[in-house]
Amino acid sequence: MKNTLTIAWKETKTYFASPMAYIIIAVYTALASYNFVSSISGVLPEATIRGFLLPSTLIFALLAPVITMRLLAEEQKLGTLELLMTAPVRDYEIVLGKFLAALASLVSTLVPTLYLVLLLTWFGSPDMGPILSGYLGLILFSMAAISVGLLASSLTGNQIVAAVVSIGILILLLIIGEAESYLGGVFGEIVRQLSITNHFEDFARGVIDTHDLVYYLTFTLFLLFLTVRSLESRRWR
Amino acid sequence: MQETAAPPMIEVRDLTKYYGDFPAIEGISFTVNKGEVLGFLGPNAAGKTTTMRILTGFMPPTSGSASIAGYDVVDDSLDARRHIGYLPETVPLYTEMTVEDYLDFMGAIRGMSRRQRRLRVSEVIGICHLEEYQSSLIGKLSKGFRQRVGIAQAILHEPDVLILDEPTIGIDPIQVVETRNLIKSFGGEHTVILSTHILPEVSMVCERVIIIHEGRVVAIDRPGNLSERLRGTERIEMDIRGPVAQVMTALRNIRGVREVTRTGSGDVVSYNVESVHGADLREQIATLVAQKGWGLLRLQPVYMSLEDIFLRLTAKEADQP
Ligand SMILES: Nc1ncnc2c1ncn2[C@@H]1O[C@H](COP(=O)(O)OP(=O)(O)O)[C@@H](O)[C@H]1O
Ligand SMILES: [Mg+2]
Repeated sequence: MKNTLTIAWKETKTYFASPMAYIIIAVYTALASYNFVSSISGVLPEATIRGFLLPSTLIFALLAPVITMRLLAEEQKLGTLELLMTAPVRDYEIVLGKFLAALASLVSTLVPTLYLVLLLTWFGSPDMGPILSGYLGLILFSMAAISVGLLASSLTGNQIVAAVVSIGILILLLIIGEAESYLGGVFGEIVRQLSITNHFEDFARGVIDTHDLVYYLTFTLFLLFLTVRSLESRRWR
Repeated sequence: MQETAAPPMIEVRDLTKYYGDFPAIEGISFTVNKGEVLGFLGPNAAGKTTTMRILTGFMPPTSGSASIAGYDVVDDSLDARRHIGYLPETVPLYTEMTVEDYLDFMGAIRGMSRRQRRLRVSEVIGICHLEEYQSSLIGKLSKGFRQRVGIAQAILHEPDVLILDEPTIGIDPIQVVETRNLIKSFGGEHTVILSTHILPEVSMVCERVIIIHEGRVVAIDRPGNLSERLRGTERIEMDIRGPVAQVMTALRNIRGVREVTRTGSGDVVSYNVESVHGADLREQIATLVAQKGWGLLRLQPVYMSLEDIFLRLTAKEADQP
């Protein structure tokens, strides 16, 4: 646990020392504000944050890989993985440390959006339930997206390849739900269960369904497990 | 060799590693006692890095076993790793970190407390003469200084065993000398294995040397003993003016001569005569040349350097099917 935190802390410091962190925060805050303002500018504005929550999945599917791409790929390229893997640290501690750092980095982009919530409470009386569950959903979605990014980053020494592959997989998981209506039956159900977006919509509506929780947690754990195996397999080459 | 009760710090038994079908090392065995500085000498692709990567727990062997401070590198990998400081061949460093931060991180993942780190980081910065650069980004340092940072992280947690893979490669000559002195000073306290393909380095730094070639151990001994052992042959170099074919035959016919080679052509040719140990053939050769009426322009005994031994041993091994 201590090793995990040591690695997480180091990666978090590295992230916030780079301009990338602030570019990502600025871009996300701008997009979220824009989506938020257009959603409450209608004829019957609702006092919710759904306006920026729903498009955030797509934005996070693009941002998460940018954060995760270097985490393991760069270690392989620099060769520093050899020092890390010969230190008295378990492989899963390395993966978990990187995961926590990426999660902290991605979730930090949500902090500025709290001012949107403040605006809502200032000008209206929003229901706090859906707001909290919405944030929770976005954090769970982040975990899943980061685990995809980390796995890709563990498989290659090339950061760009890692980013492109994980963006591809995440977008596929986002749009796969659309295929449900064409497939129907068992396949339709499978596709619906796989879709990373379907599980998110409940949270945005204020519903915390254990199915959705289980989906995101098992998805994340499974991909992190694969990432650990991928690291271990480097030892056997 | 004296028998001591203390178990060897490093024990390697019959280590073999295949990359696919290719055997990188085969049946390597040796032990290193506490405080010893062992040289791991071999040409490129001999299997030095592969052996070190197995010792440091980076990868498991295909067969055989190795232990560090009594801990098996596969079964008790974490405990074995706790006793090792490792400098990989490529000196991998986080280029976007400062020297201090990097060392602090390396100390932390080796389980050092914050207090220990604070003391020890500034200590190794002193030992490795990095004071001026402690707050510099590693990416901005020259190769020689990066090497020092690499060594600093290896000794940071005062490991029992130091494993240094070609620690003097690619740095300038002055720094090479400094680095060698530094490594020498680690002996006694630490047990050191250093790999190199530079021969003089071994006789300068190491108490014992293992020569490895094509994945096999060809010789293990003290640098001094190795030259002794090979003093079974002696060499004499000479320049003779005379008909080449006849000179060659005449030299070969002298008793005790094993091999004659020549270099150059024309009026004066250089010959190289190898003979069995103890037979000083200089007088005989001089007489012979005088009798035949040829001209003897130079006659000089050659002592075997570690380099010759190295070439000799590895060539012998390569000759075998
Ligand atoms: N990861 C690897 N995959 C396949 N072959 C390798 C790998 N690493 C080393 N080799 C091969 O194993 C042999 C020994 O390599 P190495 O241990 O690096 O030798 P050295 O360090 O003495 O130069 C070489 O022929 C090298 O090409
Ligand atoms: Mg090597």
